[in-house]
Amino acid sequence: MMKIEAIIQTSKIDPVKDALHEIGVEGMTVLEARGHGRQKGHTEFYRGREYTVDLIPKIKIELVVADERVDQVVQTIASAARTGKIGDGKIFLSKIDDAIRIRNDERGDSAL
Amino acid sequence: MATMVAPDIQVDRIAALEEAASDAKGSADNSWMLASSALVLLMTGPGLALFYAGLVRRKNVLGTMMQSFAMMAVITVIWAVVGYSLAFGSGNSFVGGFENMFLRGVGAQPDPAYSPTIPVETYMIFQLMFAIITPALITGAFAERMKFSAMLAFLLLWSLLVYDPMAHMVWGKGGLLNASSNGRFPTLDFAGGTVVHITSGVSALICALYLGKRLGYPNQPMPPHSMVISFIGACLLWVGWFGFNAGSALSAGGLATSAFVATHFGAAAAVIGWSAAEWLVRGKPSALGAISGSVAGLVAITPASGFVSPMSALVIGAIAGIVCFGMTTSIKSRFGYDDSLDAFGVHGAGGTVGALLTGVFASSFINPIFKDAGGKLLPSGAIQGNFHQILNQLAGIAIAWVLAIVGTLIILKIVDLTIGLRVSAEHEGEGLDLTQHGEEGYHWGTST
Repeated sequence: MMKIEAIIQTSKIDPVKDALHEIGVEGMTVLEARGHGRQKGHTEFYRGREYTVDLIPKIKIELVVADERVDQVVQTIASAARTGKIGDGKIFLSKIDDAIRIRNDERGDSAL
Repeated sequence: MATMVAPDIQVDRIAALEEAASDAKGSADNSWMLASSALVLLMTGPGLALFYAGLVRRKNVLGTMMQSFAMMAVITVIWAVVGYSLAFGSGNSFVGGFENMFLRGVGAQPDPAYSPTIPVETYMIFQLMFAIITPALITGAFAERMKFSAMLAFLLLWSLLVYDPMAHMVWGKGGLLNASSNGRFPTLDFAGGTVVHITSGVSALICALYLGKRLGYPNQPMPPHSMVISFIGACLLWVGWFGFNAGSALSAGGLATSAFVATHFGAAAAVIGWSAAEWLVRGKPSALGAISGSVAGLVAITPASGFVSPMSALVIGAIAGIVCFGMTTSIKSRFGYDDSLDAFGVHGAGGTVGALLTGVFASSFINPIFKDAGGKLLPSGAIQGNFHQILNQLAGIAIAWVLAIVGTLIILKIVDLTIGLRVSAEHEGEGLDLTQHGEEGYHWGTST
């Protein structure tokens, strides 16, 4: 099992979600996040004062999938979220030891 | 052929008709004045309360709204006890006397010195709404850092020592600046450019200088927490201002219409003035700029409405929009004071510009205010050749500035020494909502 954490542009949540549904991914968790990588922030101007907003609103998608699906899911997210510009985001992968379905105590891949 | 009626019966009938006509005019005027009074209250709550609350950080949203709302309660009580009497009692050239304390003699009969057709009690409640919003305007300067208790004490004293005398001088019987009762320096101020906006705006600047900057200003970002709230507040201010200015005609006739039109035109032109300046200088016309422009225009047209033509109102509004944009953007940052919500930049500057331009654009065709001893109409403003009126306006402006500066400094010192003005640094960090009121404005996202 792998955990996939994808940080993407806010405008890309619907295309990514739809693409994942199309390849049969059934569950995900979506968080509203703020952050920045190499992308610079933007400036806002209120009367006499200028503010640099360097923590930009982003969407973070978390999902855990069986090992054999990881490549397909990563490819799907990347191609749906890509605009080709700085600020498109990142995908992080990490190993997951186990998973438990709370309703019936199923474990491992069958809990996903 | 009219039927022959005995002459004494005819006289009786004419007297009865005259009384009926006078009652009808009185009722018409009174209905507009009661509606106007309600409109002016709407300017403070929710208008100004929302306008200011949106501009602060979310931890201070309730504290900021409470500062305006508290004025609706405490100024009302002090007005009933002594405030009205100090402003509109007979007294001397500078301040009213005590004969109307506890609203003695303030009943259904009109007072011809103020308004021949409406009950003086209506006049009292209309003027109360002005006395409420004026101190509330100052709160923008010390937003996010003043103790609630100190704010109450300061603004109560300010209302008695600065507002009431200024209102008396400009509008009260025998006032030094009263243009309609042969004051020494007849200052044209239809609805409160000097009385309301210069006094509050200049006092706001003194407060900002005396209290000092908010912690972290100007390095830490302090953007408005909700432009949406401010937007609604500004729109309500615009609507309420029709009561403020057109109500200042104290009657429901053509003069009220003239003031209403000038008010609206001034606000519209100022939105365009501010936004155009901002678009040129900054590259984008912001929503905050547009709504700030409307308030600046409304402030500047306040003394002029009821004296100027619609076209003059457009000019006054446009100038005010551009000047106040400059005041709040470049001047404030150059001098570095923290007039947090620009009470001085909008009300002090806009009020001064408006009071001055009233002397330029006032027209006797709109309002025949000056007459010579024989009742012959005299010119009003510089536009009609009466350049001397600009000097009278300057006298009114100067007195309003001096009274506001001296009065505010003295009261601040008193409150500072007794209660202390600022919240502690720790409380300022936590915010006024929690530390002053024990509440939070928003509980979003953490529970259902």
